[in-house]
Amino acid sequence: MARIWMFGADVNTDQIVPGRYAPYMLSAGDDLRRYPFVEARPDFAPSVQPGDLIVAGPNFGCGSSREYAPLALKLVGVGAIIAPLFARIFYRNALNLGIPCFTADLRAQLRDGDQVDFDLATGTLTLADGTLLNLPAPPAFMRAVWAEGGIVPYYRRYGRFPGAAQ
Amino acid sequence: MPTFAEQILSRAAGRPVVAGENVVVDVDLVMLHDSLAPSIIDVLHNQLGAERVWNPAQVAVVIDHVAPAATVRQAEQQQQVRRWVRAQSIPNLFDVGRGISHQVLIEEGLARPGMLVVGSDSHSTGYGAVAAFGTGMGTTDIALALATGQTWLRVPETVRIHAHGRFQPGVSAKDLGLWVARQLRADGATYASVEWHGLDFLAWGDRMTLATLSIEVGGKAGIVAPAGLTSADVPSWLRVDPQASYARTLECDLATLAPQISVPHTVDNVVDLTDVGRVAVDVVYLGTCTNGRYADMAAAAQILRGRRLAPGVRMIVVPASSMALEQAAADGTLATLLAAGATLGTPGCGACIGRHMGVLAPDEVCVFTGNRNFRGRMGSPGAHIYLASPEVAAASALTGYLTHPREVVADWPLADVRTPAAAAALA
Repeated sequence: MARIWMFGADVNTDQIVPGRYAPYMLSAGDDLRRYPFVEARPDFAPSVQPGDLIVAGPNFGCGSSREYAPLALKLVGVGAIIAPLFARIFYRNALNLGIPCFTADLRAQLRDGDQVDFDLATGTLTLADGTLLNLPAPPAFMRAVWAEGGIVPYYRRYGRFPGAAQ
Repeated sequence: MPTFAEQILSRAAGRPVVAGENVVVDVDLVMLHDSLAPSIIDVLHNQLGAERVWNPAQVAVVIDHVAPAATVRQAEQQQQVRRWVRAQSIPNLFDVGRGISHQVLIEEGLARPGMLVVGSDSHSTGYGAVAAFGTGMGTTDIALALATGQTWLRVPETVRIHAHGRFQPGVSAKDLGLWVARQLRADGATYASVEWHGLDFLAWGDRMTLATLSIEVGGKAGIVAPAGLTSADVPSWLRVDPQASYARTLECDLATLAPQISVPHTVDNVVDLTDVGRVAVDVVYLGTCTNGRYADMAAAAQILRGRRLAPGVRMIVVPASSMALEQAAADGTLATLLAAGATLGTPGCGACIGRHMGVLAPDEVCVFTGNRNFRGRMGSPGAHIYLASPEVAAASALTGYLTHPREVVADWPLADVRTPAAAAALA
């Protein structure tokens, strides 16, 4: 089962990981896993479980180019992020790190703390009452990057960028 | 018919491309800064397995995000970056005190019209000040660009801002940028290239105010039409196409634009300054890639000349670059600011990211000439950040509350110190 973590609109990267908690700023031995939503939602990092889902309003990830924001979410095991619109740099960083992002608005169907079953391969959520929610299929190149676990393993395997002539 | 984004990306792709296409492009310049360079270097060598950057001459490294270092660990990381720059034979390292990357790379002539510039900083849209396609990317994309000299992207649609007329006294590019955020909202230009037209009278510094604010409406790039640029060589193929296709056009009559202010805690939460009420101010912060240039300091000095900050107000000035600082020192602008009671930080990003050089305490109110007022951006999540022009910031420093410049300037209207023609006439 995956827990739903619900967030509002315009969640910026300073909320996901404040610049004061960048790896550049941390003491040796400290761990970025402690800091996703450290100020915006302090209960998140201590209790998030691998596979949990973030469901948010539009413009998720706006602001800084800091890849350590999606990296922190990856390190704690966030299974996917679902929002009606993603900010550009966050979306790209998340793809590069192999974090599935689905463009859909599920705020009316889900509540914070809901437990669901999530099948990444089919993009299907199964709610506690059995209701099925189907996420829109991402482009094939995006699935290919997810399948490799991110753009670096993708590039190392194929020797080219997604969509480039083979 | 091509937009600026399509023209620049067509050249970078080596073939005509149009909005909506996914393309692989050659980059002209890659910028990385101290905050992310350690992770970029790690991905480049340890994950991608590349030993060398593809072309050292097309790489620029800037120590600006925590400059000078505030902790031993940052100092060690900066030391490692300097060693890496030497080992890679990268000729362009701009170290502590030289200034903010986007400002410096234009001053140095490294970022030029028509180029595709990628940087490890979201305000890399700022290169659009000289009609380059600048875009911010994360650690992995920058590492891939360093390894290959290329990146991949979707050619963006374009949102066009068309300005008419001239600013009223006390109103400047920042007010236009905030007004556009008010109209488009934080996601109104997501994934689009924002083109700015009708601003031929602006110096490139004021154009950078608009180019850097383009990311705050979601822009992938923010390109100011190159007409009127004097210092930069604009390639003949880069031109305004009257037939270009825009996803949206926003018209603005500058003559009716009043000072704007962005209210905590989102950039697009913008109102007319006169509608904000009486808001007491603790800190006035003048700096950043958005409004930390010589013209911004000169505009503030014009208001502060011969006066003192209101009791209890601190004013921190952090120039965008050493050149801006030198210019302000040479003509008395800096002396005017210091005589008013302002103090000075090392050119660079300063407290914009809440890391050093003036971070805020809970409940403190800051008037900030920068570009983000997110909760916690400049320190405590309990602080309140209002984004405003240098003119409004200076006026507020004199009264201790958010203030329109005309309230504190005896000989209104102010002379124009910003446009190149006006600056030349005053000199």
